[in-house]
Amino acid sequence: MNRGTSVNFNRWFGRGWLSAGYVFLYLPIVALVLYSFNDSPIPNVWRGFTLKWYFGLAHDGELLAGLWLSLKIAFMTACASVVLGMLAAFALVKYKRFTGRTLFSGMVSAPLVMPEVVIGLSLLLMLVSVQRALGFPERGMMTIWFGHLLLGMAYATVVIQARLHDLNPQLEEAAMDLGAKPHQVFFLVTLPMITQSLLSAWLLTFTLSLDDVVLSAFLSGPGATTMPLVIFSRARLGLNPSVNAVATIIVALVAIGVLVASYLIAHAERQRSLEMAAANRA
Amino acid sequence: MQRLKQFVPTWLTGRTSVIGVPYLFLLAFFLFPFAIVFKISVSEMEAVSFKDLITLKDGVLALSLKLSGYVFITEDALYFSTYVSSLKYALATTVFCLLIGYPFAYFMARAKATLQPALLMLVMLPFWTSFLLRVYAWKGLLSDNGWVADIIIGSGLNQLLYGLGLTSTPGKLMNTPFSLVLGMTYTYVPFMILPLYSNLAKMDLRLLEAAADLGATPWVAFWKITVPLSKAGIIAGSMLVFIPCVGEFVIPELLGGPETLMIGRVMWDEFFSNNDWPMASSVAVVMVLMIIVPLAIFNKYQAEAQEGRR
Repeated sequence: MNRGTSVNFNRWFGRGWLSAGYVFLYLPIVALVLYSFNDSPIPNVWRGFTLKWYFGLAHDGELLAGLWLSLKIAFMTACASVVLGMLAAFALVKYKRFTGRTLFSGMVSAPLVMPEVVIGLSLLLMLVSVQRALGFPERGMMTIWFGHLLLGMAYATVVIQARLHDLNPQLEEAAMDLGAKPHQVFFLVTLPMITQSLLSAWLLTFTLSLDDVVLSAFLSGPGATTMPLVIFSRARLGLNPSVNAVATIIVALVAIGVLVASYLIAHAERQRSLEMAAANRA
Repeated sequence: MQRLKQFVPTWLTGRTSVIGVPYLFLLAFFLFPFAIVFKISVSEMEAVSFKDLITLKDGVLALSLKLSGYVFITEDALYFSTYVSSLKYALATTVFCLLIGYPFAYFMARAKATLQPALLMLVMLPFWTSFLLRVYAWKGLLSDNGWVADIIIGSGLNQLLYGLGLTSTPGKLMNTPFSLVLGMTYTYVPFMILPLYSNLAKMDLRLLEAAADLGATPWVAFWKITVPLSKAGIIAGSMLVFIPCVGEFVIPELLGGPETLMIGRVMWDEFFSNNDWPMASSVAVVMVLMIIVPLAIFNKYQAEAQEGRR
């Protein structure tokens, strides 16, 4: 009897704690979305439904220019991060011994934990020194991209490395025994098995770049203001319904993107395990 | 294996570029910039440029290091209290994340197996949406007439926060230590939950049955078995929260106030408002030194976890 009530209590306490935790995690997002429809000049006071903030966005040149720039940088960052991250992950997983491996693995993961203000400052000071010596690069889109790439590469490496670790090396060895050339092994055996980690790394670095304030603030030049910088400067001044409207659009797009991607990944996973099972039976 | 050896020459060329390309990138964009920061932090500032550290004049090789930036940082009361309060807020955030995150991860790991992927997904989903916007949202929730502000003031909790010294006036929650720590806890709690969950989900539940058979109450079994076994997860999660919190800039800027000094913000002001590059560089170097110890702890446990996986 005593045991029964304690099990019951545990179950309800657990459910309560989880629900409270999810409320904590989602409350700000819900508030953000709701107040984007608020027809009131005073934030936080509900005065009825409106879409005027959304229509306002269409004429908000500063924000739209920032969005376009951010999307370009995020796309370039994601593509380059996946390539560099894949190379770095391969280097770390496949080659257990090479000169300076410790330094290499340290440098790969350091940007993950280094405060962003420090990374931003150091990159900016380097760019200024290089610019003084060589006359380029100008600060702008390219320099923001370098900064995001450094961070994105570190995240991409972690994601891809985890997947490469779990691969069965016998599959690659078998392909080589059957006469496949190294590049064939890579494109026909390894790459298909790590595709989903490449996809998640791409999405992760894309959202990371789309969201970054600190690195962009250090590395941007005149005329290169990304969307987070616009949002940040408005948020600093106080509550601003146009920020809520942008936020709602972003939240909706990200939610759809992540749901579609995770569905595709789960689908591919199921497909692969079915194929593996069939192969094992044969 | 014999055939593998035939490929060594081709692998070797592939190997050089696989290692070389990311290596050169990191040297150029990580190590080199950091060396420059270090150099500037000990350089004398001339009108527009920095003096060379090593000069060869009249056959005399001279090395001039200006350590006044570092001396100033250690002696100045403002800097010292900024470091202390950065560590304090980061520690408070870590404790709150652990208090919220541990039970959360525990109940997640003990939920029905079919439910767990969805629960995990729900923890990660906010993480995908903009961090800047979620922090901004707290500004709305905590300022006057915000939902959370209304609940806290309505329930009288604000008096408690005021009594604990977390807010300076009972009626105002924004731009206080309370809003800062709340914002950081909110942002970083998934970093605590995820490593703890992956640790707790792997636990062998038969150990708890054995403990129950030997007469331990669930409460005793929890403290004597579950908690010690999840030590690696607790440490990994705590470091993942603590390290970024020390150097946080965006959250103190949006949710903190004039009294909540954080080192990232001081460095930012030193650079953007005072244009004092050597000083900003010195602060940056000290910031890195501050996170090296927790980082070493994290790496040690991470390496152990990796070994365990293989």
